[in-house]
Amino acid sequence: MKEQHKHTKAKKYGMVIDLDKCTGCGACMAACMAENNVPFKKDESNKLDSITWMRVYKLTNGKKFPEADICYLPRPCMHCEGDHGHAPCVSVCPATATDYSHETGIVSQIYTRCFGCRYCMAACPYHARYFNWWDPVWPDGMEKYLSPNVSPRMRGVVEKCSFCFHRHQLAMNKAYTESRRELKEDEYQTSCTQACPAGAIIFGDLNNPDHAVTKIAKPDHKHGGRPINPNAFRLLERLGTNPKVYYLSSRRWVRRAGDNYIRDERGQGNH
Amino acid sequence: MDSALIPEGVKRCSFGKFVFWLVVFGAVLLWGIVAMLLCWFKGLNQTNMNDAYGFALWIWADLAIIAIGGGAFFTGLLRYIFGKEELKNIINFAVLLGFICYASALLILAIDIGQPLRGWFIFWHANVHSMLTEVAFCLSCYFAVLTIEYIPLILENRQIDKVPFFHNLSHNMHGIMAIFAATGAFLSFFHQGSLGGVAGVLFGRPFAFREGVFIWPWTFFLFTWSAAASGPCFTILVSWIIEKIARKKLIKQNVIMLLAKIAGWMLATYTIAKIIDTWYWATVTAPAAGHNFMDFYSNNPLYGIWILVLEIVICGVIPSIILITKTGRRYSFLLISAVFLGMLGACVNRWVMVLQVMAVPVLTFESWFMYFPSWQEIATTILPVAGGIMLIMISYRYLPIFPQEREIEEEKHASIFV
Amino acid sequence: MLPFSFEWVWDLDHMVFMGGLWYALTILGLGMTYCIIKAIVDTVKGKGSH
Repeated sequence: MKEQHKHTKAKKYGMVIDLDKCTGCGACMAACMAENNVPFKKDESNKLDSITWMRVYKLTNGKKFPEADICYLPRPCMHCEGDHGHAPCVSVCPATATDYSHETGIVSQIYTRCFGCRYCMAACPYHARYFNWWDPVWPDGMEKYLSPNVSPRMRGVVEKCSFCFHRHQLAMNKAYTESRRELKEDEYQTSCTQACPAGAIIFGDLNNPDHAVTKIAKPDHKHGGRPINPNAFRLLERLGTNPKVYYLSSRRWVRRAGDNYIRDERGQGNH
Repeated sequence: MDSALIPEGVKRCSFGKFVFWLVVFGAVLLWGIVAMLLCWFKGLNQTNMNDAYGFALWIWADLAIIAIGGGAFFTGLLRYIFGKEELKNIINFAVLLGFICYASALLILAIDIGQPLRGWFIFWHANVHSMLTEVAFCLSCYFAVLTIEYIPLILENRQIDKVPFFHNLSHNMHGIMAIFAATGAFLSFFHQGSLGGVAGVLFGRPFAFREGVFIWPWTFFLFTWSAAASGPCFTILVSWIIEKIARKKLIKQNVIMLLAKIAGWMLATYTIAKIIDTWYWATVTAPAAGHNFMDFYSNNPLYGIWILVLEIVICGVIPSIILITKTGRRYSFLLISAVFLGMLGACVNRWVMVLQVMAVPVLTFESWFMYFPSWQEIATTILPVAGGIMLIMISYRYLPIFPQEREIEEEKHASIFV
Repeated sequence: MLPFSFEWVWDLDHMVFMGGLWYALTILGLGMTYCIIKAIVDTVKGKGSH
């Protein structure tokens, strides 16, 4: 937290998810669970007490045939920057168990520090934070398939998507052994990005103009990262959470579903 | 059997009757303890909380009992700092209630956290920017103050007082009680306020979020204000209940009238502030986040506009009018109804600022989240109530918590004699 | 809580918050110490005997 990596340029890792490409197959969810040792129960039908760091929502435009339309919306942690790192969840944590990294733009969760007050969950409007209501129990033999790079979490603590931060650490280790301080775009990618068969998820550094995420979303850093691309939007942008996950859609109703608008108010999607 | 322990010159029920009721409430306490142990050993899966309701019944109970337990700090402030001498006759009881409320809040918090053994992290690894950190620190410190204020009461027990050291200690503590009370008021201002800040800073939750001054949202000030209003209401209400059970007057009417009048003005000014806050939030803050006011009060089975009417009109405006008018205070029925409503108003406000905040959908493609607590949550919430009743029973029987009781009884006898 | 924990920073926020805390704790601690010591002295002097 105190340490500053002054010799490297600050990164702002983020994501662009093309909702026109997403088929709702759920491969991102499965990949995320396997990659991050996410615990599961026998019955996962109650989504209010099962853990899904990446969750795919099904949106409908509420109209009848032939105008009925649906959209699948994958929702990882938004890694909100808020106002200069003042993410909704970070500032509220009483035990400093979650932190906003100004080096990577990633909101971390320190499982061994969390004492389970759940204030961060109350603060997150995206429901991206999950509580371990039970101890993780893996089916016989499955322990052998757990990733050694990610620590499993114990009962009573909060967890969430880390943008596969362990992959960043591994990539940085490799880069250091090769006397490099910078990563190439493809060296650090999240598991959901790689698993998406439709190529709907793109991941990279929003501060790097050469990265695909920056080229597509065109974040306007002078205006809180607001996308310049007219088809791009962020969830609940008006709350000032300043999320780093951008969505793309050519459909107006989808873009408008990303935020709340008072009656008759013009908003996202009107351009 | 225990007459040597009972304060001189007052009458108490038989020892058998006393023990019987202790056993009854002890059974309820035991039920709560079983639930508490289940939560500690099996985890919070024993509750009906979920990922949408990270905060639920327990946090409401915490906020509500701290608000209504605010009578201790506010009465102490009035008595020791503002010199309202009459209140010395109710301060002991206010301290006892505060002690019970704060002990309850700390116990519930200890059950509420997912990793109870790591509870000390909130102190050791404190994030000074979190409202909850401020709550934890001030709450614990103020509980220490209440303990310091309660100790002299225990030492004044007839038998304990006979020990010279305890007598002197009690005397000395009384001597500098104003310093402790001032420290308590300082701590209370911050923890009552930061409990309001807990909800008010949630800028991701448009139903809770409020603008404010510097780092403090308006809810910071509103919570302190409402605690100063509802705390004395609760003190009056419980003292009235005890008088009904004991079938005798324990506090002189002028003391009750003074406290009721102060509570009334606090409630009236708070209600005005709350109306302004609600108006600004409904017309400026919430619309800026894209929410119509009625979005928060429709399309769900519970939260209708009735809850706002209940909180502000029925539990704010009406009791304020009763308590600030001499006629209203004079009629026992009106007075007790008003203090009950004043207390209820704080409880409803805390419910709304915890439970309704969780219930309101923020993502456009989600709907309202509803919740009903499990029996373990209910039992652990009732646990401190039962414990509190037992402590009041014991304190009333053995300690001089109502210093006017003997005088009132003597006056009564004298008037009969005349 | 103490400058030994790694998240401690010598900034205004910590000084104000922790300053307030230690100020309150010091008053309570000193107040109780005074009461206890004075009670011992008074007892030795024979005050408070019935």
